[in-house]
Amino acid sequence: MRKIRVLVAKVGLDGHDRGAKVVARFLRDAGFEVIYTGLHRTPQEVAMAAVQEDADVVGISLHSGAHMTLVPKVINYIKEYGGDPDEIVILVGGIIPEDEFDELKAKGVDGIFIPGTPIAEIVEFIKEMVPKKKEKARLKKTA
Amino acid sequence: MEVEEIVEGIFGGNKRALARAITYVENDYPEGKEVLKRIYNKTGKAHIVGLTGFPGVGKSTIVSKLTQEFRKRDKKVGIIAVDPGSPFTGGALLGDRLRMDGFDSSKQLWVDPGIFFRSMSSRGRAGGLAAKTGDVARLMDAFGFDVILIETVGAGQSEVDIIEVADTSIVIMMPETGDDIQINKAGILEIGDIYVVNKADLGGAEKTEKWLKAMLMMDQEAVSLLEKTTHADEMAVESGRIYELLHKKGWIPPVIITIAERGEGIKELADAIEDHFEFLKSSNLIVERRKKRMSKELFDLIMDEIKRELTAGKFNYKEIIEKVVSNELDPHTAAEKLVKEMLTKG
Repeated sequence: MRKIRVLVAKVGLDGHDRGAKVVARFLRDAGFEVIYTGLHRTPQEVAMAAVQEDADVVGISLHSGAHMTLVPKVINYIKEYGGDPDEIVILVGGIIPEDEFDELKAKGVDGIFIPGTPIAEIVEFIKEMVPKKKEKARLKKTA
Repeated sequence: MEVEEIVEGIFGGNKRALARAITYVENDYPEGKEVLKRIYNKTGKAHIVGLTGFPGVGKSTIVSKLTQEFRKRDKKVGIIAVDPGSPFTGGALLGDRLRMDGFDSSKQLWVDPGIFFRSMSSRGRAGGLAAKTGDVARLMDAFGFDVILIETVGAGQSEVDIIEVADTSIVIMMPETGDDIQINKAGILEIGDIYVVNKADLGGAEKTEKWLKAMLMMDQEAVSLLEKTTHADEMAVESGRIYELLHKKGWIPPVIITIAERGEGIKELADAIEDHFEFLKSSNLIVERRKKRMSKELFDLIMDEIKRELTAGKFNYKEIIEKVVSNELDPHTAAEKLVKEMLTKG
């Protein structure tokens, strides 16, 4: 069976990586192959890593408040580097105000997980969304 | 992506096609095998370099610095970084990529078009590599990388699979990881074409260097060269004088001292890697080595095919098992008969 590959990314000027590391560790224990980017990546770097690692999921952790700027940039660069964001489950975690959820989702984010989310919820979401998004992308292409 | 699109992409420099091909190969998809068949005649040009050593010895940092050095020398670099996959959950935390750092901002490492980095899980396999590492290296080779760096799982004493894949194997050590007896133990310390003592700033590196050189002087090839010299006294061996002398004659693996984090010794290491490739080519040893490797790989593939045939129930395999269990046949005769039948009937 194909293993699900998850890129856990820290982007921009944000040094709070405890959450990302904890999530990375738990996703490992859930049987995923997790690639951690380390701190202070640019949107370009994260996007290129997503393409080269053929990530099924890109999880971006942000505590800086710059999510509205940086997350869409990552998605756009994935496209620019030849990747297909339609195929990739885009997740955002960290400090995200609830009244911005809808706008982020409209910009291409599939799931948002704020502090306190049970890890099982993220795992289930990934397991459900990965095949769903791939199928949707496939149908879109053949249509 | 379809096979056709992927093959064209690989030959046309499309990184997404390469990335997808690796996924197919890694997961044993039939498409992966098809791609491998189609690209094979474009492989064999790249210099495949393996780096191994204990966990935390600095493999990823050296890979990052070497990549930068080779880019300065205008070489395109593919990187395969293998980390352990859990034998319990199947999951893995692939944390080699994050050491790729330190390039000047005008030409960042992660988005440099001349670099491709792929993390792989060993998926519970022992030996230091993932099962498909060699095939992934082939994909990168066909894509057109000049150098392919393969970083193994943090190895113990006996993970030596890297020599099945690499043209040049580098064993990385650091100070204070044992005395001369440790260094003369069989296994990983037998496989180096180049040895590195990293973290030399910790102190004690010169001891490790001396022991490594003394160990290398007891290697068969070194001994045969040694017999032809007039300085074959123990003191000269110990002091490393003979070592320097012999270095110019055959390939006695060099020992290179590095402080990778500061980039010290990296130029010398890159030089040694290039020298070794030249040596392999000029001595035609590269063909010998590749033949030896292919003989093993082909053997494994043939075994896989046979297993597939048998588990599909061909050659009355299940009936024969029953006969052996009921003592009608002994297993040795059964195996002999079965192989004969395979060879005659096809």
